Amino acid sequence: MPDYAWPDAAHRTLIGKRTTRVDSAVKVSGQAKYTYDVHRPDMLYGKVLRCPYAHTKVVSIDTSAAEKMPGVKAVHIVQGPGSNIHWAGDEIAVVAAVDEPSAEDAVRAIKVTYQALPHLVSDAEPPAGRAQEQGPLSMDNVGDMLDNQVPARQMVSNIEQYGLSEKPTEDDLKELKEDGAPEEVLEALRSATVHPGAANTTPSNYQKAATQTVGDPDKAFSEAEAVSEGLYGIPVITHCCLESHGSISEWTDQDHIFTHISTQNVSGIAGQMAEPLKIPATNIRVHQDNIGGGFGSKFSPDRWGIFTAEISKKADGKPVRYMLERDAELKVAGARPSAYARVKVAANKDGTLTAWQSNSWGTGGPGGGGMPPIPYVFSIPNQRQEHTAIRNNIGPARAWRAPNHPQAAVLTMCALDDLAANLKMDPVEFFEKNLNLTKARENTYREELGIASELMGWKEKWHPRPEKVDGVVRGVGLSFHTWGGRGHASDCDLTIHPDGSVEIKMGSQDLGTGTRTCILVVAADTLGIPMDAIQLLIGDTNYPPSGGSGGSTTIGGVSSSTRRAAVDARDALFAKVAPALNAQPDQLECKNGQVSVKGDSSRVLSWKEACSKVGAMPLTVRGKNPDRSKPPDLTNSGVGGVQMAEVEVDSDTGIVKVKKMVAVQDCGLVVDLKTAETQCYGALIMGISYSLYEEKVMDPTTGRMLNADMQFYRLAGFSDIPELVVHMMTGKGYDERGVIGLGEPPVISPGAAISNAVANALGVRVSFLPLTPDRVLAAMEQKGGA
Amino acid sequence: MHDDDPVEIPKDNSENSGVSRREFLKISSLSVAVPLVAGPKTVMAAGEEVPVHGPGKVPMEFSINGKNYKTVLEPRVTLLDALRDEFELTGAKRVCDRAECGACTVLMDGKPVYACSVLAIEAQHKSIATVESLVGQGKLHPVQQAFVDNDASQCGFCTPGFVVACKAFLDTHPHPTPDDIRRGLSGNLCRCGTYAGIRQAIAQVAQKGA
Repeated sequence: MPDYAWPDAAHRTLIGKRTTRVDSAVKVSGQAKYTYDVHRPDMLYGKVLRCPYAHTKVVSIDTSAAEKMPGVKAVHIVQGPGSNIHWAGDEIAVVAAVDEPSAEDAVRAIKVTYQALPHLVSDAEPPAGRAQEQGPLSMDNVGDMLDNQVPARQMVSNIEQYGLSEKPTEDDLKELKEDGAPEEVLEALRSATVHPGAANTTPSNYQKAATQTVGDPDKAFSEAEAVSEGLYGIPVITHCCLESHGSISEWTDQDHIFTHISTQNVSGIAGQMAEPLKIPATNIRVHQDNIGGGFGSKFSPDRWGIFTAEISKKADGKPVRYMLERDAELKVAGARPSAYARVKVAANKDGTLTAWQSNSWGTGGPGGGGMPPIPYVFSIPNQRQEHTAIRNNIGPARAWRAPNHPQAAVLTMCALDDLAANLKMDPVEFFEKNLNLTKARENTYREELGIASELMGWKEKWHPRPEKVDGVVRGVGLSFHTWGGRGHASDCDLTIHPDGSVEIKMGSQDLGTGTRTCILVVAADTLGIPMDAIQLLIGDTNYPPSGGSGGSTTIGGVSSSTRRAAVDARDALFAKVAPALNAQPDQLECKNGQVSVKGDSSRVLSWKEACSKVGAMPLTVRGKNPDRSKPPDLTNSGVGGVQMAEVEVDSDTGIVKVKKMVAVQDCGLVVDLKTAETQCYGALIMGISYSLYEEKVMDPTTGRMLNADMQFYRLAGFSDIPELVVHMMTGKGYDERGVIGLGEPPVISPGAAISNAVANALGVRVSFLPLTPDRVLAAMEQKGGA
Repeated sequence: MHDDDPVEIPKDNSENSGVSRREFLKISSLSVAVPLVAGPKTVMAAGEEVPVHGPGKVPMEFSINGKNYKTVLEPRVTLLDALRDEFELTGAKRVCDRAECGACTVLMDGKPVYACSVLAIEAQHKSIATVESLVGQGKLHPVQQAFVDNDASQCGFCTPGFVVACKAFLDTHPHPTPDDIRRGLSGNLCRCGTYAGIRQAIAQVAQKGA
């Protein structure tokens, strides 16, 4: 059996080292092509008429004037008369014209009448008595839960408690499975009680989820030596990808489409376009060289990807480009669900956690959304969770890096930090005391907590919360996080040509995380040739499929499939070369661009000479992940991370400045340390951004987003970046776990760590992110009793 | 009124100025009321003859990265859209399209500008340099090389704008203080969070002296 296992540290030339990103040069020189940059011959430009109302019914649409305007090639109604619109900014009609100005003029000439309907865009605490018990669930409800990343445990308890309004068909189950429903949820659906015809047809905006209880929380609270109660929350934010969503589609003949699309899911797009466009997925070619940000919001072609292809057909198949305008990008193309909670948490005098109770709520837009997995990381022995999902008209939610986890971290770590403050304990000691509740990751967290404390200088910086503050004050805070990150399904074709050139083809995508670099690191390390001797082709449906890049699954997937392909190709090459070296294939090794007999440096061929033995035809092998026939498992699941923040707060103005952040992170075997660290730096900065600035602000009167631009939807800028320290856990205890994803974990903790640091500085909790001056001053005023 | 007649803007718009209300509205909303024309037109404004262009396509000439370009564009087209859609110079990115993020930063007569907020017609007869011009004889500019060395890009969509902004900043601040850097590069935004790498890249160039 070939040895697929990752080489140990002594036998790695590139894996685990610092390798410079292979696509940096094309990016810094402006040569990297993104979907937005693609120009096709005779390309037309799409522009969209968007609905200005948050909840309305389309009564009539008149496109006649638009159709006659100069330069207009096609007008297409997306949601016609009778359509119910559930958020402002939703698409009504699209125009394709010879240039953008002409398309814009034509959009303005479309006349639409609407019938107003009442809307709700608030996600404030549900008014008492308004929340409705969930009735039996329809399959749509189940699908909504899945779309909103409701954790499996909650889905199961909802299904068990409320039952179903219809028995799921095998097709339903198959579809849910394809959409990622875990087996336990499918099992719950199969065995659920069915109440025919009992589905909620007009559900309330406020939907109660099943109460979940562990142990005996009432008893634990009555016996508790210390109890802390608090209110915590994190608002809806948007993805704000710098390259907006969109695509360029053209019909190359009557039934073939060529699509350039900005996507995290190159291999999965054709399958999603096939049904609405009524052509086989095999007839849809999808291509993407680079993507300008996704963060969880770009897995599907979206309605606009479909209508761009539809209007292209109307325009004789000419290429049509439609990229979302910036305001549309912020309004409709991505929102992270909010989460708020009143939390009560109890401990013994020595800090041992005993009980948790939370009443939480939040919105993921029209679908409502789920409860984040609280209490997070720490499995407190006695728990009760009640959650109300708010269905409203802010626009649909999408996965945002580490779905549900940043919310869970804020709701949990802030509540626990407040309890530590009640106990007058240093949070490091308090959390350390409870590390046994983190179960599988206990040792990792213990080690990380120690390293983080050192790197932060925690001992010197931490102080008990002050009674009173004056002027500029400092504080420190910390948070823990966890994530899965097992590698996704990935196929990799690796070809060795008789002239010695090597080619890898994979339908994956590089989100800027270093995917290209890591694929080449693995292949070059395995084949013993330089990275630039390998041509890597990704981002096309003509290449073997790889999963979507979400949930930190890419690195484990592509590194595993590449490793298996490279090992098989290497061994096949050894078999061809062995006779020429007078050796058995298993006596050969390849390194430094040579194939040689182990321990005999005189019997050696250059890589080129060795490859000439391949024969007339190139040698192609396919590596797969997962592949049980080719053990061991090269990827794994489950990481832990600890982060600490130091802040400075001006108690007169309420302005919070982050001064330093420390991230200590494990992700199994690191493939490229340099891009891994960059991923963590980026996550810390994104975390500072959502902790201090980001919020999708909705106008309750008009139901529209008030800050759909980049001036008032603020991202952290250069002047917000403090001292950042990143420490990757590597070596024994980590490397042998295999490759695990890193995209999500480091972005989870910043909100909680920064909020806790502010509480430490001010002596008062600012309940909700972002920690804006008005919120800081209000919290101080409330404490002062003014 | 013929298309090529000069349109006189009244010096005052009182009732007795001789211009009817209807005519005045027509003049003051010139940019939308005049039919598609290509030739230049002039109006009297503040006592001077001022050329009026558009609203139809008009001929324009540019000097970009040392090369001359000629095309016809509507006067409302921005420099950014002209670069990207007419000349296929797509290094400058369209992100906010309203001078908020800096992803479209180019040099105009050596100074950084947001190409999304300069009309193409205004950029004529100026020397425009885009990120594509910084690579000389196949060699990256020291700022670009420093970006590579310090892993200062992730998705890379903000990167070209940042590279141009950094180059312009270092041209005027060869030895910046940390405070200079914070202020000088606050006009560009990144979503992936590459500021840490960019900060190191600037330090590298400043130290070596580009």
